[in-house]
Amino acid sequence: MLLSVVLFLPLVFAVILTVWPQKTTIRQLALGLSLIEFLASLVVLKNFDQASAALQMAEQYAWVPRFGISYFIGIDGISLMLIMLTTFLTPIIILGSWNSITDRVKGFHVALFVLQTAMMGSFLAMDAVLFYVFWELSLVPMYFIVGIWGGARRIYATIKFFIYTMAGSVLMLLAIIFLMRLTPEVTGGAVSASLLDFYKLQIPFVAGDFFTAQTLLFFAFALAFAIKVPLFPLHTWLPDAHVEAPTPGSVVLAGVMLKMGTFCYLRWVIPLFPEAAEYYAWFFVALGVIGIVYGALVAMVQPDVKKLVAYSSVSHMGYVILGIFVMNQYGVNGALYQMLNHGISTGALFLLIGMIYERTHSRMIVKYGGLASALPIFTIMFVIVTMSSIAVPLTNGFIGEFLILMGTYQYSPLAAGISVTGVILGAAYMLWMVKRVFFGPKGEIVTHAEEDKEHALHDLSVREWVVMTPLIILIFWMGIFPNHFMDYSKKSVDHLISNKHNYTLEVK
Amino acid sequence: MSHEALIAILLLSPLVGFILNGVRFRSSNYILAGSIATGAVFVSFICSVMLMIDLINAPVDQRRLAANFFEWIAVGGFKVNAGFVVDQISSIMILIITGVGSLIHLFSIGYMHHDKGVTKYFAYLNLFIFNMLILVLGDSLLTMFVGWEGVGLCSYLLIGFWFSDSAKAAAGMKAFITNRIGDAAFIIGMFILFFSFGTLNMFELNALAPTTVEASWMGAATLGTLMLFIGATGKSAQVPLYVWLPDAMAGPTPVSALIHAATMVTAGVYMIVRLNPMFVAAPNTMMVIAIVGAVTAVMAATIGLTQFDIKKVLAYSTVSQLGYMFLAVGVGAFGAGMMHLMTHAFFKALMFLGSGSVIHAMHEEQDIRKMGGLKKYLPITHFTFLMGWLAIIGFPLFSGFFSKDEILWQAYASPRGSVFLWIAGVAGALLTAFYMTRLMALTFWGGSRVPKSVHPHESPAIMTIPLIILAILSVIGGFIGVPHVIGEYLGHIPNYWADWLDPLIRKLPETGAPHTAAEEWGLMATSVSLALISAFTAYRIYTNNKGTNEQIAKAFGPVYNFVNNKYFVDEAYFAGIINPLVKQSQNLWMYIDVNFIDKTTHVISDMTKGAGSLARSFQTGNMQQYAMYIGLGVVVVLTFVLMR
Repeated sequence: MLLSVVLFLPLVFAVILTVWPQKTTIRQLALGLSLIEFLASLVVLKNFDQASAALQMAEQYAWVPRFGISYFIGIDGISLMLIMLTTFLTPIIILGSWNSITDRVKGFHVALFVLQTAMMGSFLAMDAVLFYVFWELSLVPMYFIVGIWGGARRIYATIKFFIYTMAGSVLMLLAIIFLMRLTPEVTGGAVSASLLDFYKLQIPFVAGDFFTAQTLLFFAFALAFAIKVPLFPLHTWLPDAHVEAPTPGSVVLAGVMLKMGTFCYLRWVIPLFPEAAEYYAWFFVALGVIGIVYGALVAMVQPDVKKLVAYSSVSHMGYVILGIFVMNQYGVNGALYQMLNHGISTGALFLLIGMIYERTHSRMIVKYGGLASALPIFTIMFVIVTMSSIAVPLTNGFIGEFLILMGTYQYSPLAAGISVTGVILGAAYMLWMVKRVFFGPKGEIVTHAEEDKEHALHDLSVREWVVMTPLIILIFWMGIFPNHFMDYSKKSVDHLISNKHNYTLEVK
Repeated sequence: MSHEALIAILLLSPLVGFILNGVRFRSSNYILAGSIATGAVFVSFICSVMLMIDLINAPVDQRRLAANFFEWIAVGGFKVNAGFVVDQISSIMILIITGVGSLIHLFSIGYMHHDKGVTKYFAYLNLFIFNMLILVLGDSLLTMFVGWEGVGLCSYLLIGFWFSDSAKAAAGMKAFITNRIGDAAFIIGMFILFFSFGTLNMFELNALAPTTVEASWMGAATLGTLMLFIGATGKSAQVPLYVWLPDAMAGPTPVSALIHAATMVTAGVYMIVRLNPMFVAAPNTMMVIAIVGAVTAVMAATIGLTQFDIKKVLAYSTVSQLGYMFLAVGVGAFGAGMMHLMTHAFFKALMFLGSGSVIHAMHEEQDIRKMGGLKKYLPITHFTFLMGWLAIIGFPLFSGFFSKDEILWQAYASPRGSVFLWIAGVAGALLTAFYMTRLMALTFWGGSRVPKSVHPHESPAIMTIPLIILAILSVIGGFIGVPHVIGEYLGHIPNYWADWLDPLIRKLPETGAPHTAAEEWGLMATSVSLALISAFTAYRIYTNNKGTNEQIAKAFGPVYNFVNNKYFVDEAYFAGIINPLVKQSQNLWMYIDVNFIDKTTHVISDMTKGAGSLARSFQTGNMQQYAMYIGLGVVVVLTFVLMR
């Protein structure tokens, strides 16, 4: 019951907001509700047994019994941290968008809460159809968030985002139907959409023959998730979506939505198609490595700060894919950690960029320069988050990146040798940007702000302090005491790595 | 107090100082900021001394004080603790870091008092000390790496301290990124060692190090140590990654003394000494280290001959002296390398602070062509600088003499040494004596070239006291490690230094006949007299001799130009690597993302749209057209059926 409460509370909140009569208190209400949701998720965290790899707090009710479709949700070490990330980021996003979203405030928060349920649903669903519903549902609010509250080219961006993702999902739907048709083998006659039944399937795999069941199914799923991640060369929707999305949209997108893709590799692709995943791992490792280097190089030459961070996401998500497909403990644990890190540090970067955009209405690097003397606190925050993003030790980023590279080295020293250049390039594009924006002589924007009293730059407000502080604390907490977080997922990851060929989840 | 508590206080005191100053970074109360920061480091110094006393009193085989605070990372078989160890090697380092560090903090109170960012400055300085202590005390390569990157970060922040100057901010960035190149190799080195030996704990690695030397280049010890050494070339500014250090002089001068002379840049040397059994097992790596060290020592010294910025001269001198240290550890003279690390920390910190005193006196002027004759205005600075000068040129019985002489001797006599390395070392010594004397002559001696508007004055006591203490250390510091032959001659002075480090140093497998004391005396006499002749020549050329620079530049023509432009290494990096990289990245973006992937997507979407509108064009709603389609269809079907 607890898990369902956590899953559907945001949807309930959305309904409450819709009928809420007062216009002026929408934000306050939404913030309070999102905090309630966060507290509820803390109860899940508290009741979670980290010594077990089982599917915990599982709930199953028949939904469409004729096709074996059920409402089946549950949580394990792999999904737990992503649920926590979602509930943790939502209040921050609401508080962060306090001033930037001024139009249709109610609609925005309704969309945000629907989105929250949809994203959590795709992490928790253990039924293929239920999963598909949540997966597709998450597109709709995001489509509106970018399309209504976005920037100048928002329609192009949001349609691109929608169609890219849909194109992937269609193949996945076919694959799900195909898998359901196979289930009578293992259930003794009845069709089932339960993921646990899918896990029992032994889908024939022929090495080297592309047109065989497991390989085709593997690629159908992998493609859908690769678009979401996004994996090179399917990434071009992301920079557009990020640049056009309003700040809260970018934060959700980078913070949680991209992880839906990488998470599903661990929940669906590897346990369902272990032979194909192993056989074609090199292909994804290669794309991950290319993504790391390519994303970093392209990020380096971006004139727009937000686009730079968007490309840095491509690079960081390349690390995650790399860690997943080397399929050893270091890689997968690192990848899972990197998902959280990326959510926090890239989320924080987008929030900071949003703050400065609200003040100056520009994101062009060339117009900046010398911002550090005008906004010292803002600069300190930005530099701390930058350190996390470029994985300086004692920040969260280091743990994830190091473990992934270590896992990669075990898989292929060559791949590790190439992807380690990301460590250098990451420092290069971030610090070069920091230098041009914050240091050096005063640029156009700062000079203008100094001359014109009305547009004077103000350092962080109390609200912005409150937005940033939890993120900064987590950056160091996760960097200094990674065990506090990793201990929840180690058992599940270990279970996945060692039993992927006959993976199953005990239900508790 | 238990040694765990001492180690905890030692580490946390600077961190507390950082926080206390960091939260009130806007304050311009330099007395308060300086007192907090200096006090914090001094507390660490007291802890270091107490730990050292404990260590000395412990029996030789128990000289290892460890503190394990918590488990940091644990994934599968990979476990790293927040564990710290004080032993013979790290105890020396913490004494240098906190001792010299305290003096430099003290000096900074005087030097930075007029700066608006003084509190921020002291916060960074404390943060640096904290990271440096983690670097030297960490018991595993990964904990060392935490400090390793941490000091790099502080270096970045302090080089770019006056960030509104674009060049200074760029210098900080250059330092960080260049270091990152080394760090990437360091990371790979850790992987190689971990997957070969199953641990990153340095004491376990040392115990597991192969006892037979690896002849192959592809062995785990060789490749692993080679990668770690590439990391060291970044941090310790060796060829080819030394380029950031001269630029790092953009930071405040005490920073140059602390970070870019006495402590951080020696981290690479420390790391190699720390892991010496592993390096001894990898003769190929050691050969590379010795050669890189020798090349760096000579190359940087030649550039030092042509510089006019007082700090740049000292910067190239530092690169060159670090080359000596690598030469030492490369031939297996780990004790001598550590010894030179310490004496260099004394005399180079002294000279950097001295240069700070000069710059302070000259109202921020750094060009030695505009100095001269400062001896009479800055008597204390001059005298202490003089001691540093005597130490660095290796004047007999000054501290630099003992350590440099030991390195030169080992470069020749060690089983891994060679006469070529000795020649390179002597060439470096010769050049060092020359450019340091040139610096002394142009700055302090001869006639004054000081502009009329500037009135040089001696610095206040808070700045001169650290100079005096460092000068004393530069003079007598060498007696702690008197080479055997000299010790015997002077009356059985034992080599405390070698005895102290000996239990942790792995012996090289001996080859060939032992060398004689006569050989050692002969080589020593040669190198010392060459250096003295060189120093005297420089003295004659540069004291009271106007227009010398132009004459020399003319005499050496293109060679001078080549050296003066630092062999065009920076330019080569820009033309060969950085600019093409940026340009090609631009192309990647334009051609792959914008023009290929997006264009393809658009073509697909246009095709879909086209198919849609084609289908739509049939649905005109025109009844006659529909009737015509039906009629045509009937005709086609009928034809098809009837034709069969």
